[in-house]
Amino acid sequence: MPNDGKPEHQLPYTPQGLETYKSHKPLIGVDEVLPTDYNDPRDKCEPLGFPRTDLYYLRDTQIFQNEYKVAILYQYGEAWRVIWTDGRQLPKLVDGAVLVGKEVREQRFYGYSVGKWVDDTTLVVETVGMMPEDRVWLDITGRPISDAARVEERFHRVNRDRLELTVTIDDPKMYTKPWIAMNKFPMRLADPHRDVMEVYCSPSEMEKYDKLFANPTSAPASPPGGDTPGR
Amino acid sequence: MRMRAISVFALAVGLLSVSMPLFAHHGTAVFDTDKTLTLKGSVTEWDWSNPHCLLQFDVKNESGQSVHWIAETQNPANMVYAGFGKASFKPGDEITVTLMPTKNGLPYGRIKQVVLANGKTLNASGGTTSGDSSDSSSGSKSGNSPKK
Repeated sequence: MPNDGKPEHQLPYTPQGLETYKSHKPLIGVDEVLPTDYNDPRDKCEPLGFPRTDLYYLRDTQIFQNEYKVAILYQYGEAWRVIWTDGRQLPKLVDGAVLVGKEVREQRFYGYSVGKWVDDTTLVVETVGMMPEDRVWLDITGRPISDAARVEERFHRVNRDRLELTVTIDDPKMYTKPWIAMNKFPMRLADPHRDVMEVYCSPSEMEKYDKLFANPTSAPASPPGGDTPGR
Repeated sequence: MRMRAISVFALAVGLLSVSMPLFAHHGTAVFDTDKTLTLKGSVTEWDWSNPHCLLQFDVKNESGQSVHWIAETQNPANMVYAGFGKASFKPGDEITVTLMPTKNGLPYGRIKQVVLANGKTLNASGGTTSGDSSDSSSGSKSGNSPKK
């Protein structure tokens, strides 16, 4: 779902959701700010988390599965996530934590996921137990996601070479109703021998980039009368 | 019989459906998106790293003064699709760079294309709009004034 200011792309924010969105200063989107002014946790090298990882960098994604689980290896941040398909129940949400059976467990950047095969080619995954809205964003444009969210993914294998992913967000703290964030996003089966490059956030590389490029390019314009050298 | 721990593996690549800024670290708020400059210069450094690769090069202006420019591309994992690599440039290489300059008039920009001394052309947009990428949520407005 693009964030481009168009009416058909406006989200059903709750008052808290809209206030949280406005507190975010993103680098991309209709409300983008200069590189010196943003507050995206991504660039403090915080884990991207789920479901943001679905909405940000699904380029080379590696999927393993056996009879008990599906494990997904994400390219950005070299993060991984497990979807249990062994019939276990989805944890229950409690304030600031999750209940796995009777045990109180921590919230996780990538949540707790269980999946069910609804037919031979479709895996429906439910995920709860993600981090609260002051730790993670939903996407690069600053839209929010809270620890009250329940995310549904539908992985549909259309044919041998095509997988389609649909992501639905149900977050009563941030949004008044569920909405579809990704609708049949296509993924192509790649050569299993393909090398997957690292994509990561390194504090030292970020510092170097800010010093060499982000800060100087965000500086105010030169006074009138000066020419851009080299032009 | 012992069960194999991992029995199935697939590597899926996200596909582009429409052309848009993709896998980008940041948008175009600092750039003058209506301008393009073409500069001939000599490479001083090529930094193949996240969040952006940085090409540094010296350009002689009309007065004969040498001006140091720094231009960025997307990150390495994007740029390999455009034919860029860790060894694409070395100090001393003579290049012709086409870039989108920054609004503040300083010698910085975002690379659109680089032509090497041997005539080879590297098109930077090839790393962000070719057939396999994803970003379902981007949509920066062209010419948007960033909020401070």
